[in-house]
Amino acid sequence: MNPFSLTGKTILVTGASSGIGRATAISCSQMGATLIITARNEPRLSETFRMLEGQHHVQICADLIFQDELDTLIEQLPKLDGIVNVAGIAKPLVLSLTDKEDVNEILQINMLVPIHLTRLVLQNKKLNKGASLIYISSINGNNCAYIGSSVYAASKSALNGFMKAVALELAPRGIRANCINPGMIDTDLLNSGSIGQEELEKDRMKYPLKRYGKPEEVANAVVYLLSDATKWMTGSSLLLDGGYTLQ
Amino acid sequence: METTEFINNFASQFDDTDASEFTLETRFRELDEWSSLNALAILNMIGKKYSVFLKPDEMKPVQTVRELYDLVQSKIK
Repeated sequence: MNPFSLTGKTILVTGASSGIGRATAISCSQMGATLIITARNEPRLSETFRMLEGQHHVQICADLIFQDELDTLIEQLPKLDGIVNVAGIAKPLVLSLTDKEDVNEILQINMLVPIHLTRLVLQNKKLNKGASLIYISSINGNNCAYIGSSVYAASKSALNGFMKAVALELAPRGIRANCINPGMIDTDLLNSGSIGQEELEKDRMKYPLKRYGKPEEVANAVVYLLSDATKWMTGSSLLLDGGYTLQ
Repeated sequence: METTEFINNFASQFDDTDASEFTLETRFRELDEWSSLNALAILNMIGKKYSVFLKPDEMKPVQTVRELYDLVQSKIK
């Protein structure tokens, strides 16, 4: 039996309409998992859905910042063997020009949604024994920081702290919780123009491996943490940064 | 959009350069304290105050406060 196989596992992926979420859903399906994918954008979510391999997958369009949509999602969930919390936002914003709405929005999507989702699946007994909870965090806020990202950094480091206590609380049931701390990943978020092309090129060269990561490479780390290969791994933050934070 | 107000908003993104030093002709990239932090703060300020969301690459060729003002003005119209 391949220890990296996800055959027989049912996995929920949030933020599955693009980038890391989409790549994660596709990779998990290729490794044999049954997927429940969710995101806000229905057309793009359906696009991901059509890219999944295998059968019996489910797509649920939902904006998880709204309690009723979160509740509806929870109601529809079968018993899960894994949750991958990918949904997140980033916007370059210096603190001196950050207002309360910006803070609330970033914390809500990046931090509160994963916390409430975890709380609710637990309270509604939707997790199988031995399930694996994964939080896509960041090097930003945990291993380093960038200008214009104070609230983002706060939201991401909060995830790592949350994950550690969850790992302890759920260990008696063999449920594991881990974070992945990626460096910069080439996604649409990055290519939207909010960072200049020249700056991006300069920043890429700061990585010892001379490039940003690919969504598929984060997906591979997710597969690893979901699989039985990491049955004894909990409470950890997996660094995936092309060597960026070595320097 | 008032030019005086724009200059004031622009100037308040700097700490070491006195606000009175800023005019429409100021070549801001030549200021001692100019950095990527000011650049981001200015983009953020324009987004917040004028609801114009410039991309860093659009701001790249801009050298003076007037050029920036004109760029923002062209996006408001």
